[in-house]
Order: sequence, then structure tokens, then C-alpha cells
Amino acid sequence: MSRDPRAYRNLKELAREEFVLPGTALCAGCGGLEALRLVAKVLGDRVVYVNAAGCFTMLAVFPYTPFRGSWLYTTMASAPAGAQGIRDALDVLVARGRLGPDEDVEVVVVAGDGATYDMGLSATSGAVWRGLDFWYLCYDNESYGNTGVQMSSATPYAARTETTPVTGRTPHGMDRRRKDLFEIWRAHRPGYLATVSPRYPLDLARKVEKAKSVRGPKLFLAAAPCPTGWEFDPATTFHVARLQVETGLFPLKEAAADGPVTHTYVPRARRPVEEYLRAQGRFRHLFEPARQEAVIARIQADVDAYWARAGGSESAAPRGAGTEEPR
Amino acid sequence: MTAPPAMLTGNAAAAWGARLADVDYVPAFPITPQTEIVEQLARWSAAGEIAARVVTLDSEHSMLTAAGAAAATGARVFTATSSQGLLYGLELLYTVAGWRVPLVLVNVSRGVASPITLEPDHDDVLAARDAGWLQIHAETCQEVVDSVLLAYRVAEDPRVRLPAIVNLDGFTLSFTREPVELPAAAVAAAYLGPYAPRHTAIRAGRPMAQGVAVLGGAAYSYFRYQMHLAAENALAVHEEAAAAFAGLTGRRYGLVDGYRLEDAELVLVMSNSFATKGRAAVDRARVDGVPLGLLRLRVLRPFPRDAIRRALAGRQAVAVLDQNLSVGAGGITVTEIAHALYAEPARPRLLAYVGGLGGKEIGEAEFRRIVHDLRTAAATGEVPAPRLLFTEAEAAQVGALLRLAGKAAAS
Repeated sequence: MSRDPRAYRNLKELAREEFVLPGTALCAGCGGLEALRLVAKVLGDRVVYVNAAGCFTMLAVFPYTPFRGSWLYTTMASAPAGAQGIRDALDVLVARGRLGPDEDVEVVVVAGDGATYDMGLSATSGAVWRGLDFWYLCYDNESYGNTGVQMSSATPYAARTETTPVTGRTPHGMDRRRKDLFEIWRAHRPGYLATVSPRYPLDLARKVEKAKSVRGPKLFLAAAPCPTGWEFDPATTFHVARLQVETGLFPLKEAAADGPVTHTYVPRARRPVEEYLRAQGRFRHLFEPARQEAVIARIQADVDAYWARAGGSESAAPRGAGTEEPR
Repeated sequence: MTAPPAMLTGNAAAAWGARLADVDYVPAFPITPQTEIVEQLARWSAAGEIAARVVTLDSEHSMLTAAGAAAATGARVFTATSSQGLLYGLELLYTVAGWRVPLVLVNVSRGVASPITLEPDHDDVLAARDAGWLQIHAETCQEVVDSVLLAYRVAEDPRVRLPAIVNLDGFTLSFTREPVELPAAAVAAAYLGPYAPRHTAIRAGRPMAQGVAVLGGAAYSYFRYQMHLAAENALAVHEEAAAAFAGLTGRRYGLVDGYRLEDAELVLVMSNSFATKGRAAVDRARVDGVPLGLLRLRVLRPFPRDAIRRALAGRQAVAVLDQNLSVGAGGITVTEIAHALYAEPARPRLLAYVGGLGGKEIGEAEFRRIVHDLRTAAATGEVPAPRLLFTEAEAAQVGALLRLAGKAAAS
């Protein structure tokens, strides 16, 4: 059942019904879980989630599941191939009359950035290239979180993780920029792709609703502020999520198969990245014991350069257009 | 009921097995010497001769994930691989067995790297022996097609519900044409029935969490033990399925296969296509008056301990010829056979050989040596240390290669 994406004008338009029930073993304040909860509010319960190893694997622990739909845990590297097998099997069973079309479900991969950016890239590339009719939700907490926060290729420059430690010889922690997964995905020309943030639920809901009418790969990269790994108070997840977008570090955008990238929310005046960095323990070394001006400046310059490009060749929505105002 | 024999390669026979099983889905990935199987199925699917959807994945790891997920959704699934491909997908062999999905995989045996090679031994398929899949090893092209049908029948039985591997040797069987009687489609359909699993499904209105994590050793052990007990059930289920198959086709398959065993005092134990060479060695020995017989291992998992014990107890000496090598331990099946025989009061002398690696020939001279060792063991009780078969001619051949490579000749 799909509705006009423009119907999501305020939070009251979101389903009150919950499709991912509370009480799981995930950390308090998990931004990724909130993104999943919001996506599920739009998708409903005619869904099978196909999971890759990561934090979300702890959602369904025998004999419990928080989902009102189905769930299949696969492996770390091959959840999109699991989606392929399920989608193909459903299609064949419907075609051969062994399954009623009313019993069909949407197939949704849920995977973290470690599985998505690194090990699962081959399986994802294959599924998207084949035009598989499926959803992909990557909860991007910018590290291997479930194993205790080690660097992934989604870890941002200058973040401290357990495997990018801050030492006298490595004062900045992570020494390279994160992979641009959105552009890697986009090069495959999926039916639809978007970034979303749990702090911007209407933007998120509109995108999921819009994607419902697309047959083919529907890829979502969700910001997933992580109190445990990023080191902030779980009560402030939405504050960090908001700064991640308002500094311009996590642009909210979308694109269809051959269309341009559209920014669905453009911060009116981008906040300095320093506000975002200071809110998290993983960047504390940039300010204590001595301020690392060059590192902070490089992060700011990267953001400025991104938005300079975005205002040029790629189209941008009118400033602040059609989105919820930050609290 | 049955068409006249066709001349089919082992690979074609495997593809016919999938066709006769009326499979729904074939996730695929090419690898020598298996590739012809998925090529044939892709042609049939494209032409509309079979209902199955054939999809080429990005790797065997993905292929086996798709296979398991489709089977968990409720489709009858067939797939095939070899060697490096089986190893690349090894994580999934364990994973999908735990999903209790009865799909069938044909493995076309090929030695594993390094050094990389093409011809057969069983290090690939035996690497999967602990993964929770049933394993049937075929000697002939006829046995390949029949074993695929048998494998579905056993795997899908509610007492089993485990995936199955049917193994055939690359090159020696995969590319060799033999006369094969194909069961009529209606016979195969009646034998297997429709696949409609009750225990696994992905449906709107019937939500099910599958492959979920467990915390704690008790729950983990419970599910692992369940798999083991189900695999052991497959011994009896196989006998029922084989009897029903014999009723339809006249071809009877046991857990193990004996040749001239009735009065044999000495026994060779082999598996797969090289067992045909063993049969010839038995015939030559019999001409010389040596009471030799052959036991062919056919169902490797579940391990048919009782059938092996019954076949070998009371013999004077048994030589196990492993076409595999557990580096640092030796042959793999000989240790399992020793376990089967250990409690037997009349247990035979047990001799261990490794041969046929990477398709290396096992010639008459080597069989003569094994028969000599068996007779010595029977007469004197002396059992030689485990032997790695390698002839002087082969040593000379490799010596020439080493000299070309600028290395010292083999010692």
C-alpha cells in the first residue's frame, strides 16, 4: 500500500503502530535502531529482513524477535545474495502457483557499514547490477561496532577507534577519509538511493514512501549515531544526529536510476564541524591536550568543498525546503 | 517407463538429475570442471524446457547464500560447484545446514590449491564433511543422476531436513560419456512428490525468524545435536528411499557398495570413480587366486559405521586407499573406518594408502603392491607404515620438471 510521499507533512502522519518492538539487546540511544524503526513504520509487516553480521544480529536472539515480519540471518558478506535467493524463490513460487500473490513480501537487507562498505560489497554490487527488486538499509555507525568499535572503511578521518588509536606517532587517529558509498552505489544505477537520518523522520518517511513505487534496488544509507562507539551520552543521540546533518557532514540526498543527485535538506547556515566533533569522545584528541588546528581545518575544508560541488553540477533543493525544522 | 540409454557425461547426468527433480531455482557460478552443469541448466531454462530460474551470482559464497535462502523460502533448489568454489562457499555450507534446508549441491571433485590444479581428488568435498550436509559419492554417470534424485528424497524427509552433496570426480567422470538410463519425468515426480516444507517458509501472514542467534552453550548444543541426530536418521531414510527407487527403476543403491566381497579375505576400500580401477584390480587378483574384494564408500555422511563394520569384520586385512590427504595426518577415511572397527573382536589388519591426488593414476603396479602388503599382513600380522603412492616413473617425470625449473632432482 503506497501513499503520496508529500503526505508526510508532520510527525502525526507517521504510523503510530510499531513494527519493530522494543526490548531488544541493542545499546540505549542506538541511532541505527531508530532509523530501522522509522523505515518499518512505512514498510509495515509484509517484510522479510535479511541480515548480515553486525549489531543488528543481536535483534533476533532465540527465542525472541522484535519484528512483526520475518527475519533471516545470513553471513557478514552475503546478505544481498540472501535477498536474491528469497526474491527469486518468491517469484518462482508465485509463477508456479504454489504461493498466492497476497503472501508475497518485500525483501529488506539490513546491514551495518562494516558488512556494507567492506566485506559485502561484491554481493551488493551483484544484486544491484542484476536489478534485484529489494531494499537495502545500511545503518552506518562508521565502525565495526558490534566487535567493540574498530575502524571500517566508513570510519571518518581523525576518528579514534580501537584499531586507529591516538598515539604520539598517530595524533589524528584514522588517517584517511571514509569511502563514498553513496557514489559507489549510484554508479550501479539502482532504481532509487538515498541517505536518511533518524533525526529527520519526515525526510526519511517521504523517501521510503517514494521508493515503494520503484521496482528494483532501493538503497538507503542511514546515519546511525552510536553512543557506545562515538562516545556520547545516549540521551543526546538526536543532538549528535542533528549536528551531523546541520554541519553538512552527512548530506541528506536522493537519486533515481539515471537522475541527478538531489539534496532533500540543505542546512540554512552550516554549523562549524567543530560543534559536531566536540560532542563526541572519539574526536576528543582533536581538542585535548592540545588543539589540532590543521586536522579540524581539513575536516571543515572537506565539507565546504563538498557543498561547493553540490551547489554546482548537482542540483540542490531550495534552502531548508520542505523539511522539519530542527528542534 | 524408462527411455533407452543415452550416452551422457557425468556433468550432463547431474543436470538431468536436477531437471528430473523439477527444481525451482538454480543459483550458479562457473568453475572447471563443473561448469557444464550450470550451462546445460541455463540452456534448458532459457528455452523454457525447465521451470527453474537460473541466476549467476557474484561468487560461490553468494551462490550458496542464495541457494539456502531460496530453500528457506520454500523452493526446491539445485546448485553445483567444484574445489576452490566449494572452499570459497564453505562458511555457507555450515550456515545453511543449520537452517535445515534440503537443497542438493553437486560437487565435481578437483584437487585444491596450492598448487592450483584441475583434476580430481577428494580434499575439496571432504573439507565439507563436518558441515552438516549429507554426502553421496558416485562411481558412474548412472549413479550421478540416480543419486541426485535419491538425495532430494532423503534430504527432504521430515526426519532429516538437511542439505545434501552428490559428489562425482572431475574429468574422469564429469567429462566421460557412459550409457545412462534416465527415469521418465513422471516416475521421478512420483518418487519425489512436490516440495512443500512445513518447517520453513517466508510468507506474508506467517512471519518466521530464521537463522537467529542463540546465546549460551546449552541452546547452541541443542541445535547442533539436532542436526547430528537428523543426519544419523538419514541412514535408515536412505535405505527406505533406495528400496523405493529400486522398486521404480530396478537399480539398488546401498550405503556402501561391495564387489566380490562374499568370500573375500582381503579387501580394498575406495570411493568415487577410481573404485572402477579397484574393481579391475580385484578381477586381476582373483585370476591369480587371491581372495580380494572391494568395498566402495558411497554415503560418506552420515558415516555408515555399522554397514562398514558388517562389511569388514572378520576379514584378514583391509587396505584403505584414500584419494585425499589431511596434511600432517594422512588419509581421512581410514581413521573413520578404524573407529568403526575398533570395538570389533574380529577386526582385520588395517593398512593405509594415499593415492590419486590431483587425478594421479593408480596403476596396476600400485595395486599389486597393495595386494602384496595385504597378503603379508594377513600371513604375518605385519602392517606397513601408511604409504604415499608414487611410482618410479612418476618420480622420473617430476624429476625432469624440477631440472627444467632449475631445482635439484627429486630425492
